[in-house]
Amino acid sequence: MMNLSQDVAVDTGAMSKIQVRDLNFYYGKYHALKDINLSIAANKVTAFIGPSGCGKSTLLRTFNRMYELYPDQRATGDILLDGENVLSPRADVYRLRARVGMVFQKPTPFPMTIYENIAYGVQLYEKLRRSDMDDRVEWALQQAALWDEVKGKLKQSGMSLSGGQQQRLCIARAIAVKPEVVLLDEPASALDPISTLKIEELIYELKRNYTIVIVTHNMQQAARVSDFTAFMYLGDLIEFGDTNAIFTNPSNKQTEDYITGRYG
Amino acid sequence: MAAVPIEIPGPKIKRQRLLDRSFQLTTTVAAVFVLILLAGIIISLFVGGWDALRTFGFGFLGSDEWNPVTEQFGALVPIYGTLVSSFIALVIAVPIGFGIALFLTEVSPHWLRRPIGTAVELLAAIPSIIYGMWGLFLFAPVMANHVQPWLQEAFGDWAIIGALFEGVPLGIGMLPAGIILGIMIIPFITAIMRDVFLTTPKFLKESAYAMGATTWEVVWNVVLPYTRIGAVGGIFLGLGRALGETMAVTFVIGNTHRLSTSLFAPGNSIASTLANEFTEAVGDMHTSSLIALGLVLFLITFIVLTLAKLLLMSLERQRGAKS
Amino acid sequence: MDWRYFRRRATNVFNLTGSVLATLFGLSWLFWILWTTFAYGVSAFDWSIFTQNTPAPGNDGGLANAIVGSVIMVSFATLIGTPIGILAGTYLAEYGRTRPIASVIRFLNDILLSAPSIIVGLFVYELIVLRVGHFSAWAGAVALAIIMLPVVIRTTEEMLRLVPNTLREAALALGAPHWKMITLVAYRAALSGVITGILLAVARIAGETAPLLFTALNNQFWSTNLSQPMANLPVVIFQFAMSPYESWHALAWAGSLLITLSVLALSIIARTLLRKARMEYS
Repeated sequence: MMNLSQDVAVDTGAMSKIQVRDLNFYYGKYHALKDINLSIAANKVTAFIGPSGCGKSTLLRTFNRMYELYPDQRATGDILLDGENVLSPRADVYRLRARVGMVFQKPTPFPMTIYENIAYGVQLYEKLRRSDMDDRVEWALQQAALWDEVKGKLKQSGMSLSGGQQQRLCIARAIAVKPEVVLLDEPASALDPISTLKIEELIYELKRNYTIVIVTHNMQQAARVSDFTAFMYLGDLIEFGDTNAIFTNPSNKQTEDYITGRYG
Repeated sequence: MAAVPIEIPGPKIKRQRLLDRSFQLTTTVAAVFVLILLAGIIISLFVGGWDALRTFGFGFLGSDEWNPVTEQFGALVPIYGTLVSSFIALVIAVPIGFGIALFLTEVSPHWLRRPIGTAVELLAAIPSIIYGMWGLFLFAPVMANHVQPWLQEAFGDWAIIGALFEGVPLGIGMLPAGIILGIMIIPFITAIMRDVFLTTPKFLKESAYAMGATTWEVVWNVVLPYTRIGAVGGIFLGLGRALGETMAVTFVIGNTHRLSTSLFAPGNSIASTLANEFTEAVGDMHTSSLIALGLVLFLITFIVLTLAKLLLMSLERQRGAKS
Repeated sequence: MDWRYFRRRATNVFNLTGSVLATLFGLSWLFWILWTTFAYGVSAFDWSIFTQNTPAPGNDGGLANAIVGSVIMVSFATLIGTPIGILAGTYLAEYGRTRPIASVIRFLNDILLSAPSIIVGLFVYELIVLRVGHFSAWAGAVALAIIMLPVVIRTTEEMLRLVPNTLREAALALGAPHWKMITLVAYRAALSGVITGILLAVARIAGETAPLLFTALNNQFWSTNLSQPMANLPVVIFQFAMSPYESWHALAWAGSLLITLSVLALSIIARTLLRKARMEYS
């Protein structure tokens, strides 16, 4: 089945951006991800769903090696980003994170102005003239559909925005560095329905330029925004394939039970 | 059928209520005692120092005269010494405290964090008299034989800086006192900075790391701005400690009432003046002037500590509002 | 981009190395001071310090009267400071809570916690020594009690607040009056934490010198009379260390060793207990 899931991505004709091979993950002695194999299609939205504790966030956090910040967390196996193993100790974690952006469950504006929030990541890697930086900030905010709301108050603190605006600011911040992949970890879980809708529209827009991986506990959301869906349960990848197929005709009993709300 | 009457143990309930009241009253009195104590301290310092304050007026703060024979007293020299030695202490303790807090929160392997944290806290537990002994017998000779001659050689010819280090190399004065004070307040500043750094939300730090920021960039650009108020509160708390520290300073500051530009000239601080002269004060005016000095010290530390506390509280409130 | 990237990485390594060096710098003083105290203290140590009194200038002797004096004054200070501190902490945690008066007391108590101890000495001098007309061990004990009070208040409140409200409600639901709930249930639950606070406070006052200078002063002779000046380790160390006599210096080092050992032992025990107490409730 897992080999089949890889074939699905290939079958749809999409190029694979990330390939996960025999990935295992441990929190101390706890085995949190078991032999995960899948590939993430380029310029598509891939959703990870499953009940809480199934490992979907853990899997996402291996893609930019976020887990390394904590002791006792380790991963084995390979994660290939354009064929290059990011888990290799020789891989440069800072450059990796510049290529793979991430947005978190809660909005996390940095304690600086809106402008500086966007410019912060850019100046880490590029030396831009002031006018170029202005353009970049405007471009990123426009991409995140936030420009019209904040263009008059770029000097205000990022924390002064509403929750939904803060989250779009964080998306703009992630986009501003022009990453190749954007990881979204339940990006709408702390937001009201209207803000959620805006984020979902945004995701749909963004996939033209970026490869997007989203973790969500909201199945309607997964069905609405994603092209491919992976269902995980207790650290196993149960089923992976085209979103329509997963939601209309799941091949696995567990997937069907979860999607129809029999547990979760 | 007769109803069974419910027995109401009237007197017993009454007794319990009385005990309840008296227990609450006792605890309240004990708590209010703190207020009385503080008021008592301020009043007694005012009363004791009144003679001197009345005689010398505001000139007391500005005069560098301290003469028990002519009964002329001014607080300038000890105030200057207190401020200068505390300033030197901050110059040393703030960067070091920040460095240790950074080490304990971001750099150190996890198994090493607790032992090092405990060791730094033990530095705070050592009584100040021990610092004084060590300062007088071990540290001052090192300053006299190595540090001061070296500084004089290196900077002696310089226009202004040279004046800071001139004088007979005795190893005592503002600089040694300030360094020892700095060592003594490192633990306070470290502990507060570490604690406020740890209040930075996990996701906020992760977002910065997720942009590809280095550990230093995360701390300097995100953690520090986010916790700035608390970190400053910690610095003020350390300053409050340094201002009032007595014994360690008394051993090494030199105990001389003289203003000097040299950091190696013997000087005085408010606390060390009190420790040295109070029990041997000649005459009421001398005693009263010393108590007035104590009042000045208390007011300065009170203001500094209040600021520290307010800053730390506003950081807490900010956190509370957000979560 | 590469130069920029290199500079960022280098800055990172440089500053993180700086933090390691800062830690080594901070710890090196601790080791230097402890090492000095042990080396000088052990070489000056002689069992006779427990049997002989403090000597006249230049003579040999011991610290017996100073040790006993310190123990007496610290004990009386603890007897005075602990009950008041526990009661006040109880008020803050159980009755006052968020009332404005409680917040004010809490705030001022924290300031008192860091206030210069020499000021407390001045206060007690004005309050007791001046009235009675002479220095006394009572005055010393009162000064020390005032210094330990804020520590006890703070830890008592903190520990009582860790006691879960459900436990209080359970006791009250059984019909226990409020004071019985506090004394029998809340105190028992917070016991180890409160004891920690007392130990920390004792550690704090054991080495306090400044407030004793103006209160208990010193006494060259054996005295257990609380109404008279009384010898005590910190003041003896201060006077002997500042003196020109070698034999007095040696005794000062021996006294420093005694004080350092007891203070470190007390704080380590207290910290271990505190960690346990906090862990029980978190």
